[in-house]
Amino acid sequence: MTATARLKIWRGRDADAGGFETYEVPFEPGQSVLDGLRWIRAHRDPTLAVRFSCINANACKECMVEIDGATHYACTERLEPREMTVEPLSNKALLRDLVTEIAPPGERFRG
Amino acid sequence: MIEPMHVETDVLVIGAGGAGMYAAIEAARAGRTVLLADRSLIGRGGATVMAQMTVAVALGEETPDHWTHHLHDTITAGRGLCEESLARLLCEEGPDCIRQMDAWGVGWARRDGHIAQAMAPGHDRPRCAYVDFLNTGPAVSKTLRTVVNKTAGIRKAGDLVIIDLVRVDGEVAGATALHLSSGNAVTIAAKATIVATGGLTRLYRRNSASANMGGDGYALALRAGAPLIDMEFVQFFPIGHLAPRLIGMDPIMWDPFRYKLGGRLLNGLGQEFTSRYGSDEDGAYVLTRDLATYAIIKEVEAGRGSPHGGAYLSFEHCPEGALREAFGPVIDRLAANHIDLTKMPVEVAPIAHYHMGGIAVDARMETGIPGLLAAGEAVGGANGANRLSGNAVTEALVFGRRAGRSAAERATRIDAQPFRQQAARSAIELATAGRDAERTELPNSAEMILSLQDTMADDVGAFRTGPKLERAIARLDNLARDLGERPFGDRAPFDMPRIDWLDLRNMVLVARTVARAALRRTESRGAHQREDFPGMLPQWRVNQVVRWRDGALDISAVPPAADMSANLAAAQ
Repeated sequence: MTATARLKIWRGRDADAGGFETYEVPFEPGQSVLDGLRWIRAHRDPTLAVRFSCINANACKECMVEIDGATHYACTERLEPREMTVEPLSNKALLRDLVTEIAPPGERFRG
Repeated sequence: MIEPMHVETDVLVIGAGGAGMYAAIEAARAGRTVLLADRSLIGRGGATVMAQMTVAVALGEETPDHWTHHLHDTITAGRGLCEESLARLLCEEGPDCIRQMDAWGVGWARRDGHIAQAMAPGHDRPRCAYVDFLNTGPAVSKTLRTVVNKTAGIRKAGDLVIIDLVRVDGEVAGATALHLSSGNAVTIAAKATIVATGGLTRLYRRNSASANMGGDGYALALRAGAPLIDMEFVQFFPIGHLAPRLIGMDPIMWDPFRYKLGGRLLNGLGQEFTSRYGSDEDGAYVLTRDLATYAIIKEVEAGRGSPHGGAYLSFEHCPEGALREAFGPVIDRLAANHIDLTKMPVEVAPIAHYHMGGIAVDARMETGIPGLLAAGEAVGGANGANRLSGNAVTEALVFGRRAGRSAAERATRIDAQPFRQQAARSAIELATAGRDAERTELPNSAEMILSLQDTMADDVGAFRTGPKLERAIARLDNLARDLGERPFGDRAPFDMPRIDWLDLRNMVLVARTVARAALRRTESRGAHQREDFPGMLPQWRVNQVVRWRDGALDISAVPPAADMSANLAAAQ
């Protein structure tokens, strides 16, 4: 049997009305947590909201989330063959699922 | 329907990478109001921030140099297809922009009191400035972000996905966007609009740029009536990292190692092989990108590839001290990925890296459609059929500056905003419409993107044949059918299926221009290699121009012009 990672991911649009969903993700050594999140979008649920630009280089700084309660970049944190809990940043306004309002106030669109 | 939010600006800049930020700075310095929009964060997406390598510019700091030598090398690399007025602009104004960046504190690496310039393949002398260690792009981005923040008149707006340009009476009058964090439509009235969205590397499975480089600017310009040129020329970077899995670093990271230390490129049997393909490296790094890509792919095809289907790159002959001196903390980041260069080679393989083609502009960065300009990698023609190492950041800065100036001039010249809400209606609909009720089951939008990337990598990659290209075109037609006319998704913040749908709408269109232009070009030149048509043919010394006419792609061929404005005038 191939190894899997279990990603327990917080889903929702409202911080008070969301919940966790768990996904089994095929595990290959060396993968990042972001690899796992991208796999879920392409193979299980494309509505999972997660933001990133650079995928791998740790240049865009967009994929910051809480993994097992600590703040990490999803692109540099390794996926592990166990259950890992992924949540949006608790100190930023929630937009949806794992996406929070991370832009500095002066860089947000205002109509 | 909820009414869209509406904003007005003199100059709209789409894309906040190197070209977009420089354009915004220049337009604002000319006294115009600027809206600097990006689909993600300001100054963090795009390609510039990812550039770990070098910036080619005839500063003459390392050895005597002149921009005409740089131009000669650029045109030689371009295999007869460079738009000379653009190539000249890049080379002639490069030094000024690089010194401006120096004054802004970018921190070019220095040696013996002067800016250090490294030798790179295709250049006749050391010409490439850089920021240590592997920090050229991040330093350029950070410097421009700082200047943007200090420049009055620039409003920044992240999380704005531009859906379409707004065309009024034959002019571009702004754009319609989806605001990701609210899920609302936004209309932007602008006297001048600069497309600075970078290239199309996201169309390929393995690529070195960020996920927002899906060719959207090309699609925006094409649908607004502007011609694209040279779309068949996609540059593959030969030694993109392949294995072991490496996180936290960009896959093009090995190039600076080769500049500084050489390194040996070996096949799966541990043999040097580039000499089989007409070029002997002899320990130095002199092989241009198209030749190196060819050599690696041919070795893999011959069954002599590395385990993951590439080549080995070895620095095992370099003493640890030399590695440490050249790359400092990068050695520790590699160690964290279980890579010890003194004991093991890594595996590398070609990876989509840059697009030579793009929006046709004149030397003022104007497209021929009044009110629409382009800058940076989004511009086609400066690099012809193959780009030299180091020219990408230079063109981002030079073309960005020039576009900012030209846009400011136009915005000063015209009084009223030509924008009309009516002209934005169909794009507003795409931002806010509910899903098609008649489709009971929608395909997975993220999977469709992977499918498009597979098609392009397998059949429109570095080596092409007629049958493969035809198969790709058929697959793209299927994807277009699956996509349909109405967006997926609900109407909410970060509506991922809708974002994917809007991206795919652009990606499929742009992928078709690449595949169609590649199918027509029955020769091999620079980055476009046809296995069924090897060799360069004099009758193909032409630029292919793609236009959108009556809902279909129209491709024609024109001889390379010394000045694009003649072609643009003819296109009207």
